[in-house]
Amino acid sequence: MADPEIKSYGPHHESQSAAVTESRPVRWVAMGIALAFLAVFLLLPLIVVFHEALTKGIGAYTEALTSPDTRSAIRLTLLVAAISVPLNVIFGISAAWAIAKFEFKGKAFLTTLIDLPFSVSPVISGLVYVLLFGAQGLLGAWLKAHGIVILFAVPGIVLATIFVTFPFVARELIPLMQEQGNGDEEAALSLGANGWQAFWYVTLPNVKWGLLYGVLLCNARAMGEFGAVSVVSGHIRGLTNTMPLHVEILYNEYNAVGAFAVASLLAGLALVTLVLKTLLEMRYGAEIAATRGH
Amino acid sequence: MEVRVVNVRKEFERFPALHDVSLDIRSGELIALLGPSGSGKTTLLRLIAGLERPTKGAIFFGEEDASQKSIQERNVGFVFQHYALFRHMTVADNIGFGLKVRHGAARPSAQEIRRRASELLDLVQLSGLEKRYPAQLSGGQRQRVALARAMAIEPKVLLLDEPFGALDAQVRRELRRWLREIHDATGHTTVFVTHDQEEALELADRVVVMSQGRIEQVGSADEIYDTPNSPFVYSFIGESSSLPVKVDNGEIWLADRPVGLQAPHAPSGEALLYFRPHDVELLDGCSGCIAGTVAASRRVAGTRRVELEIGGERQRVEIELPVDHPAAQKSRVAFRPTRWKLFPAS
Repeated sequence: MADPEIKSYGPHHESQSAAVTESRPVRWVAMGIALAFLAVFLLLPLIVVFHEALTKGIGAYTEALTSPDTRSAIRLTLLVAAISVPLNVIFGISAAWAIAKFEFKGKAFLTTLIDLPFSVSPVISGLVYVLLFGAQGLLGAWLKAHGIVILFAVPGIVLATIFVTFPFVARELIPLMQEQGNGDEEAALSLGANGWQAFWYVTLPNVKWGLLYGVLLCNARAMGEFGAVSVVSGHIRGLTNTMPLHVEILYNEYNAVGAFAVASLLAGLALVTLVLKTLLEMRYGAEIAATRGH
Repeated sequence: MEVRVVNVRKEFERFPALHDVSLDIRSGELIALLGPSGSGKTTLLRLIAGLERPTKGAIFFGEEDASQKSIQERNVGFVFQHYALFRHMTVADNIGFGLKVRHGAARPSAQEIRRRASELLDLVQLSGLEKRYPAQLSGGQRQRVALARAMAIEPKVLLLDEPFGALDAQVRRELRRWLREIHDATGHTTVFVTHDQEEALELADRVVVMSQGRIEQVGSADEIYDTPNSPFVYSFIGESSSLPVKVDNGEIWLADRPVGLQAPHAPSGEALLYFRPHDVELLDGCSGCIAGTVAASRRVAGTRRVELEIGGERQRVEIELPVDHPAAQKSRVAFRPTRWKLFPAS
């Protein structure tokens, strides 16, 4: 039996017609302006970061990166990311699952709430925790009585980071899961799978590239967050300084090499994220297309 | 496995999708749920599967009350309208999925699962495509993989939701014949949903005609076609014409003339007369007949269909004439239905 209609799922490129193509000089001017902007506002600062970091040679650079305070800042940043990213993955998947696959009251409210961290200034996000957990805060007295330290310590930094990063995974997954609907899960259940098996073998593989993309963005933000973390950290060297905070401290102390060396690591992280993001978009563009453009 | 649907009602957020539906499906039967969209046919199928729970009523599989069982426990093979193949799994993994997710001793070895999958692929005539992904298959091939996947769990009942809906006409006809062969070979009790009457009448042992959440008629293709029991079935299945008539003492009158038909048990008063275009006899004279002027005429395969305008109301009916009948435009034609039914005027 021959079946003639094989569908192709590739991305389709719209060919440009002559009518909407501008003349050569116009195109060159437009491209020139765009490139000049990119060079001045993005490329130049990036070069300056690496240039400043290396002005006193590679020796001073590695020395700056291996100083105890810097090493502690790197460790703390990795720790914070290691805690907040998995938690946000769990939260993001649960929220997306609930929103995309079920109808319930307050769904629109929940969706709006997830976007809150995007619309609130990070400083406010930090201050909320100070108001909640600070000595004068709502829960301050109770926490003190029970010997629990949140503010100006690692838990506070983790909480603030979770707050600012929690839309990333959920926002990636919600449109993807909504588009895919319940059909595959129903099929899995009808074949005898239990809920967990349906999730593990069907739902998760269906969204894995979108999830990875969300994790990537979430991680980049978790490591790079300054504002919210700055408010709750207390800037204790070697204890509560993350990399972005450490960069600021070193810079304020006129330690340009140190500051830019740490900054170069963050810039490197950004570049790696960018490359991975581009690779993901190139290979799995169709799957994550719905989620582009924050 | 015999399936009995007993007084099932289903509401979605207070909107009734099915009103008090009862249906007996015999073991090994191939049955079609036929109706326009919104008639509740897919809801009924999903209720049998356990994808939905009835608001009222019960569904029995054999002697067992299945309505409180989950879909996993019911052991039904469900083929979804858009197949719902797992896109990240190969064809073989898709077919083996239902066996892989079994627990403990019920789960066959990986080798056994592979063997079952390739056996089923042979059955659906797709041998050699084990390693393909769904995106690399044509629509008809996907349909067959979906069926093989549903049959892998050795279901008690096979349920198909618009199985050929997304395919083009030629593939559809081939698959139809093929599904009938598979059904005859495996003997599964099979229920499928369709809005295509040709498909239902050709393929099914019995057809369940549904409309607005109710079952209108259940019967073989012949019964449904020859003795429709409601105006809906008359107009939904095949072609038909209707005329407003009056019954007086068992005699049927059209306007002020007798039609020449007797309905001794019908109550006197207004009624609607239904008949099919080919169930008519042509008359020469007209003492007791329906007479009309030819308004349009078209050739349909071996016959000619003419539209007649009847009486002052200019009611239009369609009847079938031999190709060589001299009825041209504006000429008068007299006829009388040979097979017909009266329904109360609504």
